[in-house]
Amino acid sequence: MSATASPKPARQPERLEHGGLIDRGRALTFRFDGRALTGHPGDTLASALLANGVRLVARSFKYHRPRGIVGDGPEEPSALVAVGAGARHEPNTRATVVDLVDGLEARSQNRWPLLRWDAGALTGLVGAFAPVGFYYKTFMTPARLWPLQEAVLRRLAGMGSSPTAADPDAYAHRGAHCDLLVVGAGPAGLMAAWAAARAGARVILADERAALGGCLLRERVTLDGAPGHAWVAAVLDALRALGDRVTLLPRTTVTGQHDHGFWQAVERVADHDPAPAPDRVRQRLWQIRARQTVLATGAIERPLVFAGNDRPGVMLASAARAYVNQYAVAPGRRAVLFASHDEGYRTALDLHAAGIQVPAVVDPRAGVRGPLPDRVRALGIPVRDGHVIADTQGTARRGLNGVTVNRLVDGGPDMVPVGDWIDADLLAVAGGWSPTLHLHAQAGAKPVWDAERLAFLPDPERGKEWMCGGCAGVLRLDDALADGLAAGQGAAEALGLRPGAAPPLPTVGADDPAMAGSGQPQTALWAVPKPAVANGKRFVDIQDDVTVEDIALAHREGYASVEHLKRYTTLGMGTDQGKTSNVAGLALLAEARGEPIPAVGTTTFRAPYTPVTLGALAGRHVGAHIAPVRRSPMHAAQAEMGAVFQPTGLWLRPRHFPRDGETLAEAVRREVIATRSGVGLCDVSFLGKIDVQGPDAAEFLNRVYINGWKGLAVGKARYGLMLREDGLAMDDGTTARLADDHFAMTTTTANAVAVMTHLEYGLQVLWPELDVRVVSTTDEWAAVALAGPKSRRVLEEATDLDVSNDALPFMGVTEGTVCGLPARLFRISFSGELAYEINVPAGYGDALWRRLVMVGKPFGLTPYGAEALGVMRIEKGHVAGPELDGRTTPHDLGLGRMVSTKKSFIGRRLLERAALTDPERPALVGLVPEDGATVLAGGSQIVAVADRDTPPPVPMIGHVSSGCAGPGVGHPVALGFLKGGLARWEGQTVLVSHPLKGTATPARVVAPHVYDPEGRRQHA
Amino acid sequence: MMLIPCPWCGPRPRVEFSYGGPADRARPADDAPLEDWTRYVYERDNPKGAARELWRHGAGCRQWFVLERDTVTHAVAASHPLPGAEVAP
Ligand SMILES: [Zn+2]
Repeated sequence: MSATASPKPARQPERLEHGGLIDRGRALTFRFDGRALTGHPGDTLASALLANGVRLVARSFKYHRPRGIVGDGPEEPSALVAVGAGARHEPNTRATVVDLVDGLEARSQNRWPLLRWDAGALTGLVGAFAPVGFYYKTFMTPARLWPLQEAVLRRLAGMGSSPTAADPDAYAHRGAHCDLLVVGAGPAGLMAAWAAARAGARVILADERAALGGCLLRERVTLDGAPGHAWVAAVLDALRALGDRVTLLPRTTVTGQHDHGFWQAVERVADHDPAPAPDRVRQRLWQIRARQTVLATGAIERPLVFAGNDRPGVMLASAARAYVNQYAVAPGRRAVLFASHDEGYRTALDLHAAGIQVPAVVDPRAGVRGPLPDRVRALGIPVRDGHVIADTQGTARRGLNGVTVNRLVDGGPDMVPVGDWIDADLLAVAGGWSPTLHLHAQAGAKPVWDAERLAFLPDPERGKEWMCGGCAGVLRLDDALADGLAAGQGAAEALGLRPGAAPPLPTVGADDPAMAGSGQPQTALWAVPKPAVANGKRFVDIQDDVTVEDIALAHREGYASVEHLKRYTTLGMGTDQGKTSNVAGLALLAEARGEPIPAVGTTTFRAPYTPVTLGALAGRHVGAHIAPVRRSPMHAAQAEMGAVFQPTGLWLRPRHFPRDGETLAEAVRREVIATRSGVGLCDVSFLGKIDVQGPDAAEFLNRVYINGWKGLAVGKARYGLMLREDGLAMDDGTTARLADDHFAMTTTTANAVAVMTHLEYGLQVLWPELDVRVVSTTDEWAAVALAGPKSRRVLEEATDLDVSNDALPFMGVTEGTVCGLPARLFRISFSGELAYEINVPAGYGDALWRRLVMVGKPFGLTPYGAEALGVMRIEKGHVAGPELDGRTTPHDLGLGRMVSTKKSFIGRRLLERAALTDPERPALVGLVPEDGATVLAGGSQIVAVADRDTPPPVPMIGHVSSGCAGPGVGHPVALGFLKGGLARWEGQTVLVSHPLKGTATPARVVAPHVYDPEGRRQHA
Repeated sequence: MMLIPCPWCGPRPRVEFSYGGPADRARPADDAPLEDWTRYVYERDNPKGAARELWRHGAGCRQWFVLERDTVTHAVAASHPLPGAEVAP
């Protein structure tokens, strides 16, 4: 971050001469809608805009109303702007939480074409969208108008625009454990963290603002005779002095409470850096497991609801104080205060002290007396008690220029028809405080309505957090400090720590407004009556443009539940999630229902507390880092030979080995023909491998496979099919018996993990009495298939083992040395050729591949990839993933004869269900196109008609599961499923239709084993 | 995120585990009526409150075990090895 030392910074007309926690010695230059402006370190974008007299910053979502800055923090409902440029463009950021930095680019959004001259607002076009539920009503009919309406809507509605380029910044995740997490570093949070850390607790103290201190930075208070921020600095020094026991996390929003003390937080590490260095993390997602938690999240002020309450210049009273005190900005020069409780009067005192004119305080309560109102009166400021703001007036560009004040009749709900006019460019509104209970409620606590304090307070029964300060409804400063101390000590005790010496509680200045008690209770004025003639609407939720009338209308239309009201009106559904508007909305619904507020209840609080960027959630898991990559031990050797790799699950498998300019189809054709006529070599390390050992191993395999295993001789392999308990095929593979109590199982690549889990479930849950152990050995063995009529001759060159047909017949297994490496040798074939699978310990995989390539050279050994492997198994009629699709039975797959009737196995009973034994079920067939040329694509539909001219509807009788060009058989072949199977369709012609490609190909139904149906070659 | 006490490895975050349905369900005998089997394979209670569940520590010891958990509050009462599981040395 660099500060531009401008010799003559542009004047900031609304910057106060004195005060504030900003660095006036440095000027920062930024742009808003292209206009160059300046501010100072310590400013937010919002405070800097106000310092420059920029009051109109946005257009509203629905009505395109001019909107200004309402708050000074994360609750901001109104001042949503886009910051950053290009790939760093970020829409809908709250100007109140964007730290001002040199070079910041910010733009207003939701305007067309200009913020000051907006088509939607001027033409009244959006007037038609006014009633609540307009999405549901206006556009239902006539449907043909929808495309036009949609185009206009998309232009006028919506919130900002997304960047289209990839995010250039890096994000990180960090896990952390602590004894105590303290959320919020205001007076209560600081005392709690200090007390617990002193007692020896490992503490994380997180606060969403750039500077720790909370309201002590925003309010004029005296602690131990010094300004509040000086006490904050001293406490932070004391915390830092405790070393790494304390972690201070400014700019860190705790966004969610999850189960068992798990909290998620987002730290904005470099958001305040317009272009972070490439090695710098922009945001960090903290995942914190805390033994105890103190919530000191404070409270959020509520506005009041009256006609014209959305004009730029209408601001929360607490925010007006913060702009004056913390940022030394005059949010207006002539300010009216509208307050329904005593504490709001502090704003009049602070504004007056900063030299801002306060022509009146308006208070709906009659006969207001109390320490604060009396101090305001003593300054000569008129207090208009028993009055309300009935309406406001202003211009689009400058916002508010005056308010109308009407008298309430006998303090009741009616007001006199004609009011007084007061010139004002700022209207500060104080409608009471809402404790920030979001994190508390996210874990299931139910906030309780306090009818006296007019606020939801923490649930005394649920929630294990220590609630203190403003979020517990403790608003007076000395009480909040003591409450924080007690919470910190309580947490330390709960952690089993000896409290030790408590940190000293500071003395709050006796004259501080923060210490003044309330003269009389707050009044529940949820909406000021609407005058007969009003300039403005009465907004409850100014982000979503929901008015008092919308809530009444929704109720009349039957949306009496608060959850329905929310969804129908969109109340509280904006980026602010109704932090300032939900209570008034609930109260108005309760009024409409004629019930008390607790009967209406709140909507559900869900994480996150404030919006979280997708980048923070993704962290490092982007691009190639989304998942690990598994490579075969032979990967490097294959890459050297020009293999083209293809992701298969996490694996990278060679797809084919193209030679000078070959296409995929050409390479596959060559690889298949070379293998079928000579010898090919293929990596099969990707297959799942599971070692099964134990006295009951054969019995165990009997229970998981449909076929029998007890009779399998040592030194023999067998094809096995396993089912799920529902009777449908789960996986297949070849399993070899290495000893009486030792089997080597293989699974498909895709199901390796699922099969392992399945076996463990069987052994641990179903049959703990079986003495069997299973272990995954997929990564322990490298494996190749050596296939083709010349494979035996190559193998003879590579080993001293007797590999003759007599010594090692089809399905035989032996162990020995191959290419000088310790190996298991299996005579099994997926391709249909004479073939061997050679397994060596994974570390020898690279050597095995290279040596076999060398040994095989004189025989024309050709490496082949997954594509050729797939082609050869289709030609041979072997089923694989597309056939084992979770919907097929052994009978469907043509493997019905394997099903043993002599034993029990997983899936046996439900395989007997009528639906699974229906002879009409689709069963495996082979398909050959009549033209001998068209490849039948997997996924094609099969219909029982002669040609494509048959008018629909045509009954579908099946589908193609796998198809290929069939280079080994000289014409395309495919596998598929047809109702009634081969018995019904063999020799007949069906139509293979692929509607997406617009093709329909007559094909003949044949037995699936097209290539070498007698199996002579693999037995050779 | 729940902290699940694996009987073998101790408390670990929920992402290391997978849920495996209600505990204590007996697999029907081979010749049991189809209705029993259908119920065993397809039907699950969805208790509100206290529940005994099967969980597997897939990213740890790979053992299935019984977890006593409240499905509303997610409070964990206890966890037990399955009957027949070997006791850790
Ligand atoms: Zn474990």
